[in-house]
Amino acid sequence: MAIHSYTSRRELEQHSFPPAVTLLVPLAAIILQVLLPRPFPRLALLDLPLLITVFFAVSRRNPVAGTLTGAAIGLLQDALTSQPIGVNGMAKSVIGYIAASIGIQVDVESLTTRLLINFLFCLLNSILLFLINRRLLGLLDFHILWGHELFRAGINTLVALPLFFLLDNTKRRE
Amino acid sequence: MESFFVRFKNVLVLVAVLLAQTIALAVQVRRPVESGAPDGRNVLLIRYWAAAAVTPFERFFHGAGHNLRGAWSNYIDLRNTRQHNADLQKEIARLRIEQAALAEDAIQGHRLQALLNFQQHYIATTVAAQVIGTSGSDLSRVLSIDKGANDGLKPDMAVITPDGIVGKLRDVFPDTSQVLEINDQTSGAGVLLATTRTRAILRGSTTGHIQITNLTPDARIKPGEKVLTSGGDQIYPHGLPVGTIESVVVDPDHQPYTIIRLQPAANLNQLEEVLIITGTQTGLPPQAKKDLAIGATTAEAQAAAAKQLADQEAAEAAAKSAAQIVADRLPSLQEDTPPAAVPGAATPPKPPGGVVPRPLPTLHPDRYTPGSTPPATALKPGAENNDQNSPAFTTTPPASTETSPAPAPKKTPKSPPPPPETQP
Repeated sequence: MAIHSYTSRRELEQHSFPPAVTLLVPLAAIILQVLLPRPFPRLALLDLPLLITVFFAVSRRNPVAGTLTGAAIGLLQDALTSQPIGVNGMAKSVIGYIAASIGIQVDVESLTTRLLINFLFCLLNSILLFLINRRLLGLLDFHILWGHELFRAGINTLVALPLFFLLDNTKRRE
Repeated sequence: MESFFVRFKNVLVLVAVLLAQTIALAVQVRRPVESGAPDGRNVLLIRYWAAAAVTPFERFFHGAGHNLRGAWSNYIDLRNTRQHNADLQKEIARLRIEQAALAEDAIQGHRLQALLNFQQHYIATTVAAQVIGTSGSDLSRVLSIDKGANDGLKPDMAVITPDGIVGKLRDVFPDTSQVLEINDQTSGAGVLLATTRTRAILRGSTTGHIQITNLTPDARIKPGEKVLTSGGDQIYPHGLPVGTIESVVVDPDHQPYTIIRLQPAANLNQLEEVLIITGTQTGLPPQAKKDLAIGATTAEAQAAAAKQLADQEAAEAAAKSAAQIVADRLPSLQEDTPPAAVPGAATPPKPPGGVVPRPLPTLHPDRYTPGSTPPATALKPGAENNDQNSPAFTTTPPASTETSPAPAPKKTPKSPPPPPETQP
């Protein structure tokens, strides 16, 4: 029986994913995101790309990987909208970086932590989008509706829990 | 120096990524920001790549769903087809009447337009497309459709449904296109309030509502008023339905302007198929001319029928009045007023041949009054018959001093027996 020895918490809990999962899961999230609101308009509240960004970031625990994953997913999301390319890219880059940084310090496998980080990152995403639209793009009519954003964060958190458990199975075992 | 980059590698990567995207945003955004302006060449290329990556999946799932719905509607859900057919026939009949009513106004309108040399643009050609996807964000109201440049589509073409306008084409790729809906925050359209004929600019919002924000308070503008396209934006032809005014409130940020919120005429949240206007013309399309001619013919036929009916009724009324005058002057038998029908009571059967009128009750009956004669079975031979037969009043001799076995009866009137109600 092989004996493993780990020198740090980061080394202990760092996960990797097969390339196919790394590529296909974000793509599937974006495709679902553009498909679901057509028959079910209320599902536009969901932000599956954000949840995928958070999951990969906290699982890999690598801020650089988190930043780049967030940027790629956000830019692809922007390309399908009427917004300038970079709005979601910037927001998700920041979220990927912070999520990976938190993942190094905190045990993100527990249910409570996952609830908390998903809720907070959904709110942070809304705040970042508001700042980018209002400050960088100069859209003075862009308002943030706190009740709506809290509701959206709650819904996304509820969806994130089963999604994270599902994606846990795709982690590569060393 | 090397240790600095190694130590702050993570932060430096983040800053570099954000910086690159900020520069990209600065390149894309022009000032003043044109609403719904087309993208630059490079940005369009990025969007095209993204659309090319996602569209095959959208087409696949849309096709699968379409086939599933088609199987359901074609083979299973046919139970109410007859009822739907009957309803549609009624609808067609109603629309024909409406068409006839509007045809006269339309013909008059065309005549006036010709007099004024007014150039009205009508929809000449359209391309039908199916919605295969959305932007996936509630901050961006964009639809993907399955038709593109290969089908003759170009940016800024108007997208409509039979209910009302939907938006305009934003980015057109070879086989797909993106539709910017009118409720997107960067969208705009020239509109006309149907009742007050006030021109305004319609804009979308971040919450997905469509609203007019460039009008000052006006008591004539009320909820429920229809809003149409004005044609001034050179995108949407004049007169297409946009929506109905939902509320009128003062804009707290830009007083004295108001926020007029509209309920869109088209259901923007659940669009299946749309029409893209690919061409307009100054004259009516052939089909519209044909419909107009049918409507005018129907209107004329209706007017002739109405006139004939009115003449017939007038003749009947004149004849009836003459007959009534004669009837009033001549004596006739009057039937009794029938008693009011008791609800729930069974109606007696009418005798064959109708009711025979009966004479009125006699005020002063005498021996010749019908009905005063007793029936033959009651007659007895002898003198008694004289008493019973002759008078209606029974007369007794005057009282005397002689004793009589029976008391002298008084002279009392004898009412005749009731006449029979009906006779066979």
